[in-house]
Amino acid sequence: MFLPQGKNTAYHFTLMATKTLPLPRPRLRLTLQQQDRRIAWLLVAPSLLIILGITLYPIVSTLILSLFNAPTGINQVRTFVGLGNYLAMLQDQVFWETIGRTLYFTVASVGLEMVLGLAIAQLIHAHPWGWQFLRISLIVPWAVPTIVNGAMWRWIYNGNFGALNGIMMQLGLIKHYIPWLTIPDLAMPLIILADVWHMMPFVALVLQAALATLPEELDEAAAVDGANPLQRFWFIRLPMLRPAILVVLIVRTVDAFRVFDIAYIITNGGPAFKTVTITYLTYLNTFSYGKQGTGAALYFLISIFTLAMAFIFIRFLYRPEETQV
Amino acid sequence: MTLRKFSRKLFLFLLTIPVLLFIFGPLIWLFSASLSTQVELFAIPPHWIPQHPTLQNYLEIIFPGLAASSVPRTFGLSLLNSLKIASAETVICLVVGGLAAYALARLRFKGNRAIQIGILGTRMIPEVSLIIPLFVVASSLQLINKPAVLVITYLSFALPYAIWMMIAFFQTVPIELEDAARIDGCGRLGILFRVVMPISVPGLISTGMFTFLVAWDEFFYALIFTSTLAAKTIPVAISEFIGRYVVNINGMMAGGILAALPPVLLGLIFQRYIVRGMTAGAVKG
Repeated sequence: MFLPQGKNTAYHFTLMATKTLPLPRPRLRLTLQQQDRRIAWLLVAPSLLIILGITLYPIVSTLILSLFNAPTGINQVRTFVGLGNYLAMLQDQVFWETIGRTLYFTVASVGLEMVLGLAIAQLIHAHPWGWQFLRISLIVPWAVPTIVNGAMWRWIYNGNFGALNGIMMQLGLIKHYIPWLTIPDLAMPLIILADVWHMMPFVALVLQAALATLPEELDEAAAVDGANPLQRFWFIRLPMLRPAILVVLIVRTVDAFRVFDIAYIITNGGPAFKTVTITYLTYLNTFSYGKQGTGAALYFLISIFTLAMAFIFIRFLYRPEETQV
Repeated sequence: MTLRKFSRKLFLFLLTIPVLLFIFGPLIWLFSASLSTQVELFAIPPHWIPQHPTLQNYLEIIFPGLAASSVPRTFGLSLLNSLKIASAETVICLVVGGLAAYALARLRFKGNRAIQIGILGTRMIPEVSLIIPLFVVASSLQLINKPAVLVITYLSFALPYAIWMMIAFFQTVPIELEDAARIDGCGRLGILFRVVMPISVPGLISTGMFTFLVAWDEFFYALIFTSTLAAKTIPVAISEFIGRYVVNINGMMAGGILAALPPVLLGLIFQRYIVRGMTAGAVKG
């Protein structure tokens, strides 16, 4: 062997080759930004894969399913129906009634939650005696699981032994017990009340936290200028609260529109379908009626509705310069 | 003037009373019912405070064997399932989501903004829309009735939520601290684990709490993905007390209290973190 032995062999070869071959790319240290980019993808990749795997894949697959007539069961043949499921739904009176009911629930419960939540946030902000206790108490209904909340109200509304009947009777408001949940026009308001109990604290807590960050000077200045409390609330605090209100409104509306658990446990959709919400209808189609294609089409209609609502709120309430709270 | 101030205080204080009644009334009734015997539960007018309070309802669902029917007998298992699932969910979301959240909050790279918007966008997806394909995949992998399937499916809403919250928290860490660590020779991961994480502990607690509560609360997936009594989670177990013909009110009330206790206690103990988490997820979102 005539070649020099040792670690530097490759290096020597490289040196010898420089005359004829282009230089091997020098191994520069990556700039900080390049390093960051690599690390960033490494850090994001696991989450991204998980989210894509369990949301994007199912969505695409549901979208495809919604184009088929897909009865549940073994050996059932799927037939392609194009937009048939969507068209059938849009022409179905049950669908529009359900949408109407769901909007009723959404508007009423979110509306009540916002008004009560804002009022209670104001109350806490005024620091009456025991305001800290009130604030801590608000955590409790919010933390109670939705199903427990539903079970609790179901028992309160119970027609034979419930607390609502008991109280009304002892106050002399009713002469005999009333099966509240079987009254068609009353079932939904009662569910709304249960939802308000559960979620109003969330609105109150968020708005109270936002209130606490507002500067007091403006309020005081307006008071000196002779603005009454109502004017100060309407012209000063409310506009400053707008970003927080916007976010709470979107979050609550999107959730309320998809309500299922609470109707499922309090009324099972009854009486006479009067509390079947759009998610409930989807559930029934998919798992009870064995019409998966219809169910899948409904999922997309729900998504479109929620996106539209979020868009409308952002359109009307969002002011870019106010994003910071 | 002081009299006016006093009457104002008194007026505001009087306003808090109906609010507190509205909050605690239903809960007190639930608690009272959970301590009542069946006879007292069905009393007319209702016994607001049970005359013969008993722990029987709790004992029946905590110690299997005492109960006659299968739903209360497996309640303990459900409690354990929920605990396992919610804990696993929390750990995964904090670790996996934490890494992603840091990259999204602080590192510049192509696609950062798109990913953030995408993650926020998942909030708009109704969870029902994922269920059929997930069910098909889960059953072909023989995952139905296993806790793992719920841990995985819950990630679809818990992980984006956790990432979103943690982005907000990581963004509040002063960038100067990171720069200082960098000058001292710390790499990116060093910065993350030695500087950002320790400072963000309160934010991580908030995120963890929320993840735990969301997983504890989830009903829809659990209803669909579990069919055996042994695989059920707490919310499903409670809904099972409503049978086709009879409703086991005693079991449902005691079960409800037991199911509500962990989240309520966590919420009260970590009250500050909860409000912080709500505002991070909501106000900054």
